[in-house]
Amino acid sequence: MLISINQSDGTPMYFQLVRQIKHLIATGRMGPGDELPSVRALAQQLLVNPNTVVRAYRELETAGLIYTRRGAGCYVAEKPVPYSDAECRRILSERIDALVAESRNLGYDLERVVALLRERNSALGTAPKAEGNEEKPHEQL
Amino acid sequence: MSNCESDAVIEVSGLSRSFGRKEALRDVSLRVKRGQVFGLVGENGAGKTTLIQHLLGAYQAKTGSVRVFGINPVYDPTAVLGRIGYLSEDRDLPRWMRVRELMRYTQAFYPNWDPAFAEKLREEFSLPADAKIGTLSRGELARAGLLAALAHRPELLLLDEPSSGLDAVARQHILAAVVRTVAEEGRTVVFSSHLLEEVERVADHVAMIHEGRVVLDMGMDEVKARHRKFILRAKEAGRALPKLPGVIHAVGDGREWSVVCEGEEGAFVHAAQAAGCEVIESAVPTLEAIFVARATA
Repeated sequence: MLISINQSDGTPMYFQLVRQIKHLIATGRMGPGDELPSVRALAQQLLVNPNTVVRAYRELETAGLIYTRRGAGCYVAEKPVPYSDAECRRILSERIDALVAESRNLGYDLERVVALLRERNSALGTAPKAEGNEEKPHEQL
Repeated sequence: MSNCESDAVIEVSGLSRSFGRKEALRDVSLRVKRGQVFGLVGENGAGKTTLIQHLLGAYQAKTGSVRVFGINPVYDPTAVLGRIGYLSEDRDLPRWMRVRELMRYTQAFYPNWDPAFAEKLREEFSLPADAKIGTLSRGELARAGLLAALAHRPELLLLDEPSSGLDAVARQHILAAVVRTVAEEGRTVVFSSHLLEEVERVADHVAMIHEGRVVLDMGMDEVKARHRKFILRAKEAGRALPKLPGVIHAVGDGREWSVVCEGEEGAFVHAAQAAGCEVIESAVPTLEAIFVARATA
């Protein structure tokens, strides 16, 4: 499991873990039944306090994304819930805010940014891994 | 002197210490609980080492009291030191010994020394058994010191500036040992450092010492939750920063300010806006930023 901690990011470390594991699950890089590293192993790999990992796992368990088998570790839940619409909006808004700020600095008006967005979207072709993740937001619309 | 098994491994209260006219510690009170990773931060000369020396019983408390495992370390040093693994800042190991000899020599002091574990650590730390201590690199020397501090599986690991003067790889070894000590064995770790990113990563409690005084003493989560850093922009330039609640430290050029403060975000933002400032940015500061703010306040 590839996770990294960025300390200059203002986000608390446990939350960075939660976000990245959610992302791994949502993008299908971790599937149902996959085992997560033990608290000890992940703490040692990332060089963080074990409590930070415990807290992240607890949060993921509460969210129904993972489950703990007594004495046998943590696993990705059978039907992991993909990102909710609100979560998708939150994630994208963060990126979009940065994009808008940068565009303003460069004197690029919104119409040109949107046109460029379309242009880049077609240049990238169809998204390969997005199937599982696209269903839920549509259901909610 | 009872060997009290409360949840406090270390209890320091009202400790003051002067060297000549220099006040090294002033009314220091701290409590380290079992299983905690306790980070002691402060600039060089802030009093961290003096405090650690009191915990080891090297200095006697003249004002205030020091208890480690409920015992005064000055009165019963063997009872205390046998349960502590200590890595000193200057890693004063006998230079003429070979690594193997250092292991045997250190073993003699600790009834709980685990030779198999010591050997495992030696291999993990890639320390050649035949190498003379005097010929080791700084990183190897730190690892040798760490081996000597860990191999009796101490209840309390006390590291004085374990990362000072080490490169990134050697620092990772030290951090990994700290994490493993708590993760695998549930032991208590106290370490002093001026490298705040390290403390932020592994400590769950932090105490800041500045000019001999404790200026902050709280859980890492609480530290992060209670402080915020704002970038403010005044509507009119060239004025002083208006009076705002909870400001610890502010720097600015009369138009924009970077402010570290303690307290609730909403209340601060309201006050700033009411005072004619726009809040451009609001973020959780790094431990480093909090420390600098508190030390220069």
